[in-house]
Amino acid sequence: MYKIVKKEILNPTVTRMDIEAPFVARKAQPGQFIILRVDEDGERVPLTVADYNREEGTVSIIFQVVGASTEKLNHLNEGEYIADFVGPLGKATDIENKKRVCVVGGGVGCAIAYPVAKGLFEKGCEVHSVIGFRNRDLVILEEDFDKVSAKCVKMSDDGSWGEKGLVTDALRALIEEGNEYDEVICIGPLMMMKFVCALTKEYNVKTIVSMNPVMVDGTGMCGGCRLTVGGKVKFACVDGPEFDGHEVDFDEAIKRSGTYKAFEKGEREKVCNLYKKEVE
Amino acid sequence: MPNMRLTKNPMPSQKADVRNKNFKEVALGYTEEMAIDEAQRCLNCKNKPCVEGCPVKIHIPEFIACVAKGDFAAAYEIISRSSSLPAVCGRVCPQESQCESKCVRGIKGEAVGIGRLERFVADWHNAQENVTVNKPESNGHKVAIIGSGPSGLTCAGDLAKKGYEVTVFEALHVAGGVLVYGIPEFRLPKVIVQKEIDTLKALGVKIETNMVIGKVLSIDELMREYGFEAVFIGSGAGLPRFMNIPGENLNGVFSANEFLTRINLMKAYKEGSHTPVYRAKKVCVVGGGNVAMDAARCAKRLGSDVTIVYRRTEAELPARREEVEHAMEEGIKFQMLTNPTEVLGDENGWVKGMLCQEMELGEPDEKGRRRPIPKEGAMCTLECDAVIMSIGTSPNPLIKSTTAGLEVNAHGGIIVNEDGLTSRDGVYAGGDAVTGAATVILAMGAGKTAASAIDEAIAKNAE
Repeated sequence: MYKIVKKEILNPTVTRMDIEAPFVARKAQPGQFIILRVDEDGERVPLTVADYNREEGTVSIIFQVVGASTEKLNHLNEGEYIADFVGPLGKATDIENKKRVCVVGGGVGCAIAYPVAKGLFEKGCEVHSVIGFRNRDLVILEEDFDKVSAKCVKMSDDGSWGEKGLVTDALRALIEEGNEYDEVICIGPLMMMKFVCALTKEYNVKTIVSMNPVMVDGTGMCGGCRLTVGGKVKFACVDGPEFDGHEVDFDEAIKRSGTYKAFEKGEREKVCNLYKKEVE
Repeated sequence: MPNMRLTKNPMPSQKADVRNKNFKEVALGYTEEMAIDEAQRCLNCKNKPCVEGCPVKIHIPEFIACVAKGDFAAAYEIISRSSSLPAVCGRVCPQESQCESKCVRGIKGEAVGIGRLERFVADWHNAQENVTVNKPESNGHKVAIIGSGPSGLTCAGDLAKKGYEVTVFEALHVAGGVLVYGIPEFRLPKVIVQKEIDTLKALGVKIETNMVIGKVLSIDELMREYGFEAVFIGSGAGLPRFMNIPGENLNGVFSANEFLTRINLMKAYKEGSHTPVYRAKKVCVVGGGNVAMDAARCAKRLGSDVTIVYRRTEAELPARREEVEHAMEEGIKFQMLTNPTEVLGDENGWVKGMLCQEMELGEPDEKGRRRPIPKEGAMCTLECDAVIMSIGTSPNPLIKSTTAGLEVNAHGGIIVNEDGLTSRDGVYAGGDAVTGAATVILAMGAGKTAASAIDEAIAKNAE
């Protein structure tokens, strides 16, 4: 059992939790992920490490409520426990020896982009951040990005926060202004990553993306997380989760991400109905 | 006077058209009367050829003699001296190619049902209340086991019985390895696996779940910082293989590992499970091994129309004969001499069929199996909405890549000597991590060999 030592509501659908997991905290690095199970019958949910505190032995996760498991997780409070928490899994982000990097985050993907930006900043890299949300209500980690970024461009779909437009508009402007990047690191919805990669390919800027496909065990056993990268089959859990974005077959990944959509929607509705009954 | 009937007592089983709709155990086990009758078929040969056929060298004629007398407790005691998992082995061992293949009674008639008797004895024992396990006194030496599958559990059990302080590190949230994620409930009920694990715990074995060694701790850390004097790697087979044909990443194409893990480990077969599993109308399972049979029989139980697609013929199927027969009885179709060349998809990226090359058998290969060769111009299309690839696995690179000096062969299997010792001092390995995908009992044999080598090495160092 793993204790929830802190819970913070970041916006109506996104929550941050610090989980007591000293072994994981000792080894976790930016870019890696964990898998948790909320309770004994729960599914295995992969989530990227948002932060860690080696001294206190805690690992932070930031999650959006999208399915039955995240709905259940979101109903737990500080001092309560989750059944399982395993990691760190996957390869860490390469943050060494970079002069200038543009970190692009979209929506809850910013939760994963932030530790990367912070890691780069701490290594003395000049970080430019482009963060985008649908609207003002969904913004997370604004001040955190400000702290570690030499430049932080804020975008929203409806113009209610920062500038109106897409992260690709902002990234294009930065590149056109003459900012030269060792690489772009982009984390967000598949569609956003696909278009960011199309853009950076035009300018020939190396781009790293973090993939979050369907996964069961997370240790290389099930093969559910496979992607086509550079024409070859790769497993996100052991070969990734980060890949060269110019090599990833995004159209295939987008299709594969929908395999269990109908099931997940139904499951979440079932869980929501249970909580509603409890309230009534 | 032994019972000279030429045939084994048949195994009582659920009827095929009933069991192919549920996940309850297929074989129901002998009654006491059947067990005693079967045991009396044993001639108690002096040279005991059956023991030679057993990878863990169970004293077979001795335990059977006890069963014949109705002394089941003594029979269990004899088996458990050699095997840590008798209820498991009695169910999943390929006895027909091991102990029973050497049985003298098999020369004229059928061999003694050794596996069925082993299962009977273990189940009888597990059904007794107030069974006490004597926890041996600690000898103060610590051994770490990586992986809680059959090799790891066997190694752990043997060492614990000798007084070692054994900790088993398991990557998943539950112990048992392939016994819980791979082999389906209807062949090996999970309560039986749990019982065997509980017995090991009572012997003092500690099991730490959610520990991916190679990530959260390295082998070097286990030895240097945590004081483990020896480590046994039983991390299993690992990454599923695919055919590398077009369309393999379409929605509806799964590895057998993923399909079985969802159903077994994550309990997707149960009503109300939170784990999704794709219930296809028509499933093609590619491959002919035991895992392919398990996947096919699971798919059948989820209501699919199932076809096994294999590039050789029925005679070359690598699965146990019993598994093939069970699958056939349950209504699974076999499309032999057929090799997929492309998975076909619809406009939304879902599987709609498979394009296949028809094959014929050519010259025998180095193993003596006739090689399948394409029949020129003969292609066929199989209609299906799911494909389960069951063509083997390759070893997981996690431990190799984080353990300096650990040598592996060209296939990624860890290299060991006859004692299970790797190229690293104090580090042993066994099971699928060494051999690639094989059987439960071979893994157990390897765990046993390593346990005795570890015991010798530590005793020697202590002198």
